[in-house]
Amino acid sequence: MLETALKGSNKYWGLVIGLLILVGIGFTVYLKQFSVGLGITGMSRDVSWGFYIAQFTFLVGVAAGGVMLVLPYYLHDYKAFGKITVLGEFLAVSAICMCLMFIIADLGQPMRAMNVMLHPTLGSMLFWDMIVLNGYLFLNILIGWVVLESERNSVPPPKWIKPFIYLSIPWAFGIHTVTAFLYCGLPGRGFWLTAILAPRFLASAFAAGPSFLILLCFIVKKYTNFDPGIKAIRNLAKIIAYALIANVFFFLCEVFVALYSGIPEHIDHLEYLFFGLHGHGMLVGWMWTAMILMGIAIILLVNPITRENNSILIVSCVMVFVGTWIDKGLGMISGGFVPSPLHHVTEYAPSFYELLITLGIYAAGLLILTLLFKMVISVKEEVSD
Amino acid sequence: MENSKRIFLKIAGVSALGLGTGILTPNVFASSGQKKEAGFKKDSNALTAKRWGMVIDTRKIESSDDLEPIINACNKIHNIPEIKNHKHEIKWIWEEEFKHAFPSKGNKYLNERIKDLPFLVLCNQCENAPCVKACPTKATFQRDDGIVLMDFHRCIGCRFCMAACPYGSRSFNFKDPKEHIKPETYNPEFPRRTKGVVEKCNFCAERLAVGKKPACVEASDGAIIFGDLEDSESEIREVLNSNYTIRRKQALGTGPSIFYII
Repeated sequence: MLETALKGSNKYWGLVIGLLILVGIGFTVYLKQFSVGLGITGMSRDVSWGFYIAQFTFLVGVAAGGVMLVLPYYLHDYKAFGKITVLGEFLAVSAICMCLMFIIADLGQPMRAMNVMLHPTLGSMLFWDMIVLNGYLFLNILIGWVVLESERNSVPPPKWIKPFIYLSIPWAFGIHTVTAFLYCGLPGRGFWLTAILAPRFLASAFAAGPSFLILLCFIVKKYTNFDPGIKAIRNLAKIIAYALIANVFFFLCEVFVALYSGIPEHIDHLEYLFFGLHGHGMLVGWMWTAMILMGIAIILLVNPITRENNSILIVSCVMVFVGTWIDKGLGMISGGFVPSPLHHVTEYAPSFYELLITLGIYAAGLLILTLLFKMVISVKEEVSD
Repeated sequence: MENSKRIFLKIAGVSALGLGTGILTPNVFASSGQKKEAGFKKDSNALTAKRWGMVIDTRKIESSDDLEPIINACNKIHNIPEIKNHKHEIKWIWEEEFKHAFPSKGNKYLNERIKDLPFLVLCNQCENAPCVKACPTKATFQRDDGIVLMDFHRCIGCRFCMAACPYGSRSFNFKDPKEHIKPETYNPEFPRRTKGVVEKCNFCAERLAVGKKPACVEASDGAIIFGDLEDSESEIREVLNSNYTIRRKQALGTGPSIFYII
């Protein structure tokens, strides 16, 4: 089926080449990081994880979000999602690829990455994260490919694929739970040390992933002959609405516990993010923007009149995606490191190089997504002919 | 044809068996004590303990001037680079104000001496070290005598241990430290680190192995007492018995091996 990704219009090739250029820029800058060290980033002794790990965390969510199509279709036989489940699976594939690239970009000694497999350490959450992410990647490539090929041959998918599909559902929850466990099991980090972190991660994932999918569906509808179906989009929008409400609700629970208990180790980080601490408040504007975006998006998505208006729906999805991205891709990691365990305030902002590498990885992910979606759409167009 | 296939399968089977036992044998020998003979020889002067610990008697410290020789001794012996950019600093043992060394214990009525006194902080060599748990490659590990060590050649630089450490005791080599180590102070007996790995205080494991106490203890003029916490006859136990001591962030359950007399 891969050959279908090699035939396309000039627009398609323009997109592919554009993305390749960005990948090339990112990779060139990465070579510099590889030779000089992570010193070219904005990270520091106090904020030892930065943009890369934050993007990784956010994208694990995007990958897990695909399950919001798979679960209703395969467990509840919700037919409207049938046409686009493969889009969800291939979105997961591209998101996981980006996650793995971000992890490699973040390593001080990337050539030794295989040590994680050479010296498996069952007590380390990072080891388990490696297992679940690679497992999820494998499952989604396998399922997406087999189901799409069956569709191309106009036969029902083989029976043996069913167990893999069923396995992929809890697995999706697993990847984001384990990713949350990276953070919430650390004794000295009050911001992350909360049992609600994994549920909150999942809620934000089920808002961010599907909202990106809706945007992709509209793009696919506009530029190709494949119609993902308005019913699927409408119902996906409802899922986003409630996932987003859950995300904000969990966050407010967190705020209540921190503020009412009054324990400084828990308040300090929230204070830093939303009001600034000891005169440092680089993220204050961002965090309030995220809250406002998510708040407005909830109103627009719960109300059927605004939800069922395509233009407003598109705006809402952008708001959800940007809001959850700021929440997780900016605030979640920095917020946990500021103030430091010794209560020093060292702020973090990504360096220009760091941003270019990040851009390169996003471009690589979008390139994978473009090729996979091109394949899907070619098959769908072929079948409908 | 059928025959040769069978022979091939036989050979493959036997080789697989050999490979399997090959993986197993080192462990078998390790438990029977043969590893010692094949491996390195222990120095007969080596200092040993069930659990190494340290007491810092802050009553014997008046100002940063008292701490300077202690910190310098460590820095010199371990080739700690002098990096001006505080974001990239490497610190094994350094000074902090009371409110930073003990963030939950500060208060506005704090005794004047304590408020202005510099406190020595270093890796706590925790009994339940979160960094050991977090490390995905066992590059950070704990010895039987409680010392938490690092294998600089195995570390992949993921910095999970830095996120896990509640004491900020770990540093990362953001760049090659070489240019920040003066040639005249370079100690060829201790490895210089490469870029991209994490490091921290090792309780001078390399000195204990040849019968010397940690460098900071030697340079402290009696302000730091070092010894076996599990040995009831030891000096450190005597000091702990006759003084009230505190540990950093004890409530987290990490079990620090560094005690402070205030």
